[in-house]
Amino acid sequence: MATTKHALVAMVTDKPGVLNRIASLFRRRGFNIESIAVGHSEVPQISRMTIVVDGSTTQVEQVRKQLEKVVDVIKVSDVTGEGTITRELAMIKVKATSTNRSEIMQIVDIFRANIVDVSSDSVAVEVTGDEEKVHSLYKLLRNFGIIEIARTGVIAMTRGGESSSMMEARQPKSRTKKN
Amino acid sequence: MKMTGAQIICESLIKEGVEVIFGILGGVILPLYDTLPQYPQLRHILVRHEQGAAHAAEGYARATGKVGVCFATSGPGATNLVTGIADACLDSVPIVAITGQVIKPLIGKDAFQEIDITGITLPITKHNYLSLDTAGLGETIKEAFFLARTGRPGPVLIDLPKDVQLNQADFSYPEKLKLPGYKPTLKGHPSQIKKAAKLISEANQPVILAGRGVIISGAYKELKCLAETVQIPVVTTLLGISCFPESHVLSYGWLGMHGMAYANMAVDAADLIIAIGMRFDDRATGRVSGFAPNAKVIHIDIDPAEIGKNVRVDVPIVGDVKSVLSELNKLINIKENIEWIYQLDQWRKEHPSIMIRDCDEILPQYVVRQIYEKTSGDAIIVTGVGQNQMWAAQHYFFDKPNSLITSGGLGTMGFELPASMGAKVGCPNETVWCIAGDGGFQMTIQELATIAKENIAVKIAILNNGFLGMVRQWQDLFYEKRYVATPLNCPDFVKIAEAYCIPGVTVKQKRDVGPAIEKAMNEHGPYLVNFMVEPEENVYPMVPPGASLAEVMEEPKKGVSKWQQQNTL
Repeated sequence: MATTKHALVAMVTDKPGVLNRIASLFRRRGFNIESIAVGHSEVPQISRMTIVVDGSTTQVEQVRKQLEKVVDVIKVSDVTGEGTITRELAMIKVKATSTNRSEIMQIVDIFRANIVDVSSDSVAVEVTGDEEKVHSLYKLLRNFGIIEIARTGVIAMTRGGESSSMMEARQPKSRTKKN
Repeated sequence: MKMTGAQIICESLIKEGVEVIFGILGGVILPLYDTLPQYPQLRHILVRHEQGAAHAAEGYARATGKVGVCFATSGPGATNLVTGIADACLDSVPIVAITGQVIKPLIGKDAFQEIDITGITLPITKHNYLSLDTAGLGETIKEAFFLARTGRPGPVLIDLPKDVQLNQADFSYPEKLKLPGYKPTLKGHPSQIKKAAKLISEANQPVILAGRGVIISGAYKELKCLAETVQIPVVTTLLGISCFPESHVLSYGWLGMHGMAYANMAVDAADLIIAIGMRFDDRATGRVSGFAPNAKVIHIDIDPAEIGKNVRVDVPIVGDVKSVLSELNKLINIKENIEWIYQLDQWRKEHPSIMIRDCDEILPQYVVRQIYEKTSGDAIIVTGVGQNQMWAAQHYFFDKPNSLITSGGLGTMGFELPASMGAKVGCPNETVWCIAGDGGFQMTIQELATIAKENIAVKIAILNNGFLGMVRQWQDLFYEKRYVATPLNCPDFVKIAEAYCIPGVTVKQKRDVGPAIEKAMNEHGPYLVNFMVEPEENVYPMVPPGASLAEVMEEPKKGVSKWQQQNTL
């Protein structure tokens, strides 16, 4: 299942309405988004979006090309594969009583997650990891009764010294290459 | 120097070489209109409906290759532009639409005539702007024109709140643009071009499919060189018509739903398709799974997103058609595909497709052919959508580059009259014929007022069959002749024209067709000819919807004894 999911990293100019343009494009072309996460990038006035699409239902290459046509989108890279680090943050609020609270804490420890809030009848857990880890923790905590869950959506980055967005790398490279 | 926003707009338009603006004013675009008299070099043509403004801007842009400009006010003015903007988007036509908007503090308050036009036009523009800052207007205009005309051209909309037009700012037109996300690839990748040249040298049954990209890029010579050097038959798309002279020995008409049977057969049998500046529209390809089943495909287009979108491609080349073809032409060698050409000529003989039945009634095909004869092919033909469009495309022979202006992608009825107006304004020395259907003509008929007022010498031919003809044809062929909602009660078009002070004549006899066309052309100003044509004539050949190109239907010989082949070129 994991192989059909593609993480696209889009560098976009930080202008009002950019997210709307991208959302509108996805709706118009019938592309399904699994998740979308937006934040600042290392370059001022440029935001970084990580968009996860399911390759089994959507033509990923067509998504990439259509995204690149949006004038406010500077660069799109498909960073799927082994050389990619993906992370997601989730907060999971679980029903807890004095009798099972320690059991929950044990599970949280195993996942190297944190408890960020405790009340008499609940705990809120914060977990960071790839989608699989978040999902595994969720499955275990489900037995206690989930009150609510909030996920940020995946962000992704390639391993090694190169920038995933290849913003600065792309021009000198094509010039030095012959044919 | 301090200027108002409205002055900055006008100064910027002049910097961009704008000569003419089509539009209608309203409350919130008044400051801009109020400034126009200060700039007499900007000719404003008052249309009678904003849809007409957008189509006229399109007609101007399609005929001249320059950016067409239209103005409208907020709310309904802006929404009335939408059809024309969508039309320009689907056919890659460079237009800039400027709309008025309510003052900034009222945006989002559902103010009178407030509408989110940037939201509405998001999916039908190449880009759009809501300008909130008077000082940035110069930059916005420069960007808008640059985006509209470069790369794959398209419409750009600028929404201008009234206070932004009134406020003052320093004006200096920017030299450079900051568009980091916009870098169209113009030069094709050399190794891809090499691969293409290899495929071309190996092919035995190659076909060139040439689209509007050839016209936009002005690659007429390069296309001709490629076709002639390797002896490749050229088939065009509907919008590609006139990118290659139709009288050329290697021209095999155009493909698709109502294309020539031999063109469709050629594409179906080809072992190599060289697609140039076209986008494999479904009306052109027929059922995609059955499209050119034995062919490898080379696809040259400036828009990377078109490649592989509808049809699988073996050698994609992203780049400007003219640049790619001139590189490709350096790598190809003289070749003769004698057997293939002979085969195509056989098919053309067996399935002539553009013959006109000899009969006493006025056939619409005959009218078109007469317009061709009387103009000697030296005219710009602007069509509506439907049967009139197909007959015009089939029976007029387009040798003159960029001489057909038609709404392809969106298929907008009512396009013809305002677009022909725009074309004539852009090319005042050309003869412009507007070939309309009686249905579409009534959708933008009010532009007769504009044509009369501005004395725009458009010659109008209405192929009047009293039906929404193409839909009636579908009802005839696929809905057992149940003519639901297709018969029209047409008014007397000549009387209407006269009411607008435009002379005209109704033609009911075949012998009067030619003289009426001559009369129209001898008239200095606009002229309307209302041709009462055979009501239930169908357009053939036809690839039924959902069928592949190989399943093309030809005209059934409905008891007609004598067929006359006229000037098949």
